[in-house]
Amino acid sequence: MALIWEYRFDFLAGVWWTVKLSVLSALLALVLAIVAGVARSSKLRVLRIASGVYVEFFRGTSALVQLFWLFYVLPYLGIDLTPLQCATLGLGLCFGAYGAEVVRSCIQAVPQGQLDAAAALNFSYFQTLRIVILPEALIMMMPLFSNLLIELIKATSLVSLITIPDLTFQAKSIITKTYSSGNVLLVTLAIYLVISLIAASFMRRMEKVLSRGRQTGQPA
Amino acid sequence: MSDMITFDKVDKRFGQTVVLDQFDFRVARGEKVAIIGPSGSGKSTLLRIIMALQDIDQGKVSLDGRPLWDAAGGKHRIKPTRKHLRDMRSLVGMVFQNFNLFPNLTALGNVAAAPRHVLGLSQAEAEARAAALLAQVGLSDKLQNYPATLSGGQQQRVAIARAMALEPEIMLFDEATSALDPERVGEVLEVMRALAHERDLTIVVVTHQIGVARAIADRICFMEGGRILEDGTPQQILNEPRNERTRAFLRAVHLS
Repeated sequence: MALIWEYRFDFLAGVWWTVKLSVLSALLALVLAIVAGVARSSKLRVLRIASGVYVEFFRGTSALVQLFWLFYVLPYLGIDLTPLQCATLGLGLCFGAYGAEVVRSCIQAVPQGQLDAAAALNFSYFQTLRIVILPEALIMMMPLFSNLLIELIKATSLVSLITIPDLTFQAKSIITKTYSSGNVLLVTLAIYLVISLIAASFMRRMEKVLSRGRQTGQPA
Repeated sequence: MSDMITFDKVDKRFGQTVVLDQFDFRVARGEKVAIIGPSGSGKSTLLRIIMALQDIDQGKVSLDGRPLWDAAGGKHRIKPTRKHLRDMRSLVGMVFQNFNLFPNLTALGNVAAAPRHVLGLSQAEAEARAAALLAQVGLSDKLQNYPATLSGGQQQRVAIARAMALEPEIMLFDEATSALDPERVGEVLEVMRALAHERDLTIVVVTHQIGVARAIADRICFMEGGRILEDGTPQQILNEPRNERTRAFLRAVHLS
């Protein structure tokens, strides 16, 4: 364990990258998921098809190959992204596709009665979406998003393969320096677990905030 | 008196099921009509058509002399554009059996939402109007309560205030007291009765609770199989029904 302590700053640097990347790509994924999920439940065929293609493509292909493509192929097309931009974009697109399905199914689960009431009050489509559907659907989405967020955090380890010095990258380089793979990997696993637990508890808190006032008997 | 609601030979089908069959119906401005009848008789569909939540297959429906639906052979002669539906819906308010309050908004928020976003009032104006309406339905002390913390009767009173917030000319009540505990029916009925005193407000109540019809209506229609079989004063329909089907229905309701 003295060994681990010696490399604590390498671990910390890795954690910083992993967390930064998780937050950035989760934010991008959230926006994409909502846009694509809303488009998928739209009345307009064009929007449904476009978002369908996006979802099927990005959840049906390997995330690692997507990252490689952004990292190695895009430069040939004249688009030069930094490794961080590649990683954020790659993970964001991929998890946005998973998230879009969550958004779509939760939007469809909003009771028809709510939509009738909104129509009877003459809300426009976007007002209905903003005032009625999304607040309602968001609560249903939280446990599912929580799952996806943890998946995403673990998937960030892929970015070590496109030169980003994240937690996995650091672990590997510490191993090559120390030849002590068992201990280093054990600590690495523990760190991922801690990050995931923190993320899950954050999501639970968000869920509670969003569903305030829903519990019967709770003072307003 | 001018007609507020007119149905001219309206057909409405869901697949093979005929819901409205050459349906003729007129309600004068300010009239309070109750529609009674067994479930599946097309009562709720009738209200949903007036609220423009449902279209028709054939015939004509007008509100306040303005055509809402006009269809022949399943084709709409008046295009149900968003603008047309919004124009027509502004005449009508509706109260649902299951309240359908927005659970993420307080009582005040539920009532203020439409004045704020649909009429474009300021937040303060919308909330002032909402607070006044909630006071009218006896809920001044519940403004900040979320629906989940209100009883069924209280939720339905919020829903009535919410529908009134857009100052409709026609109010529709779809089995508004049917989902309530019996001891909660009275408080909602009292609010509905107060509305029934507004001379110019046209009210159509769909119910299978005879007490509700008696309390609100100055005219009762008995509906079955997509048609109105009997139409008269509460006194006549409830005490001396002429139609055999009406008599059978009233006997069944009294037994339950």
